[in-house]
Amino acid sequence: MGIQLGCLGSIGNSPLMLRYLASRLIVAALMVLLATLAIFLISNMVPGDPVLTQLGDIAANNPEMVAQFRHKWGLDLPLWDRYWIFLTGVVHGDLGVSIGSQRPVLEDIVQYAPATVELSTIAFLLALLVGLPLGVLAAMKRDSWIDHLARTISLVGVSAPTFWLAFVMLAVFYGALEWAPGPGQISASTFPPPTVTGIMLIDAPLAGDWDTFWDAASHLVLPSIVLAASTLGLITRTTRAAMLESLSQDYIRVARAKGLTRRAIMLGHALPNALLPVVTLGGLAYAQLLTGTVLTESIFSWPGLGRYTFQSAIRLDFPAIMGITLVVAAIYVLINLLVDLSYAALDPRVSRR
Amino acid sequence: MSGAEAALLAASVDTGSAGRRRRWLRRYGMAALGGAVIALWALAALLAPWIAPYPSDVVNVAGRLQPPSALHWLGTDVLGRDVLTRVIFGARTSLAVGFVVVLLAGVFGSLFGAVAGYVRGWAEEALMRVTDLVFCFPPIILAMAIAAALGIGTRNTVIAMLVVWWPKFARLARSLVIGQRSAEYVAAAQAIGFGPTHILLRQIVPNAIGPLIVLITLDLGNAILVFAGLSFLGLGVVPPTPEWGSMVSEGRELVNQWWVATFPGLAILTVVIGFNFVGDGIRDWLDPHARRR
Repeated sequence: MGIQLGCLGSIGNSPLMLRYLASRLIVAALMVLLATLAIFLISNMVPGDPVLTQLGDIAANNPEMVAQFRHKWGLDLPLWDRYWIFLTGVVHGDLGVSIGSQRPVLEDIVQYAPATVELSTIAFLLALLVGLPLGVLAAMKRDSWIDHLARTISLVGVSAPTFWLAFVMLAVFYGALEWAPGPGQISASTFPPPTVTGIMLIDAPLAGDWDTFWDAASHLVLPSIVLAASTLGLITRTTRAAMLESLSQDYIRVARAKGLTRRAIMLGHALPNALLPVVTLGGLAYAQLLTGTVLTESIFSWPGLGRYTFQSAIRLDFPAIMGITLVVAAIYVLINLLVDLSYAALDPRVSRR
Repeated sequence: MSGAEAALLAASVDTGSAGRRRRWLRRYGMAALGGAVIALWALAALLAPWIAPYPSDVVNVAGRLQPPSALHWLGTDVLGRDVLTRVIFGARTSLAVGFVVVLLAGVFGSLFGAVAGYVRGWAEEALMRVTDLVFCFPPIILAMAIAAALGIGTRNTVIAMLVVWWPKFARLARSLVIGQRSAEYVAAAQAIGFGPTHILLRQIVPNAIGPLIVLITLDLGNAILVFAGLSFLGLGVVPPTPEWGSMVSEGRELVNQWWVATFPGLAILTVVIGFNFVGDGIRDWLDPHARRR
């Protein structure tokens, strides 16, 4: 079985795990580099002009101010010089200065990333903890009510528009029932805990502030459910299909013939073999959650990278867009690498081949 | 085709037409339902000017934000426009964009991947690395950057989506072509003396097209979702144009006037579910092995 994964091509050709790992790391670094080049070229070749989006109309009609603006942000330099400046900066840990916020892009990213990591990790765990058992149960009890429930949930999960789901959840649980708090990471009346990790659920207990912890946790409920919906659908669907596939194999028949209990067959034989596709999907899904929070964050006023990305994109804030792309590409490549490695752990054939 | 033969075989095993009908419904009922939903929306889109109860852009501030009633079945929005009318007209944009994006990206990506899979060697490597590169970007971020840079408008958003949409088809087409390449009929065609273009387009592609059609169908819903998302963010259509994503956006703050955002969202949901049902149905039909599951 030739396995194609994310940005990294096929796996499982090298005899030695270490050599395999080294070659994958080199390819990964190259892909990140190429990704920045690609976004650099795209963002510079398209006709949009950051001068017009940043300066007001009056200033944009003043040639002197425009020239000053271009010079300040290096927009008057040739393309390759600008790319070279960007690359040397990256090597020194400098992603440039955001045109929009006037702050170093790296500082912006470091500030906004924890909120996104918090939200997408909770959403991912939610999707995994509900989707995996639901998929397994659906496959075990095919055509029962639980199978129908699982299929309905996965269908609605992958088909419902995130932004609409967010609206419905807010309208019902915040507007009508008042069970959940409104948008934002914590209530306006709550003081944020001193920043250690930037993740509220960790920082609040560290400061011994459990009221803030529960406030932050309650604010996470609606956005994480909304963000988890499509991932939950995909994981349920994939787990169910993979379990059914593995249940139809000969080794299951053998295990049954040996007189193993149903439980032993399911958990000891069927599930481990069904996990491979789920792991691939899970890894990609987590990468997508980390980067796909644009809609959820903008509706729930969540101070994360998704909202920052959106604001940078509409302002044509090139330094910020480049920085985000670099981070996003690195996350994708890293998660793909982890998926590959977990393949080798789950399936001994991959590293031995 | 083997899928159709297998379906016939399976059907003939049944005895009696009632049993056959039940089996058919069990197997293709959902696909038929999905097809019906899509057909209804397509009809609504085509006949919008004749079946919509009101003109789509007539503003009536005095009658704004009215709840659903006999006059306005789905209520009115902030500017007093009839929500039902705008939902019906919105089907035009959503369906058209979905079809255009997926068909163009599907044809381009499939050809790209098919050529890569057929030529092999360094050319294949180069083509597939380009594919991987685009694949590395989460589509919505790249599309957002491109759409923002090109300026707001349906055409520009479609272009932005096309740039990020084709690689999945290229990957699938390449693996399909590689699978077909060593088949005997290809060797036979080579022996007869057909050129590579003929073999690829006339011999291999027709044999490998099934899974591509499934992906295209399943992807239509996806494309509609992403476009609606971009529209919701303000990067899709120019304001007075009725479009489902931007309609939800207009009603996003109106928790008490829930009808403004709820109905266009339901429209998206039903269309996407429809395409998912049809895609699953086509997959089952093409792959008798999956059908048994």
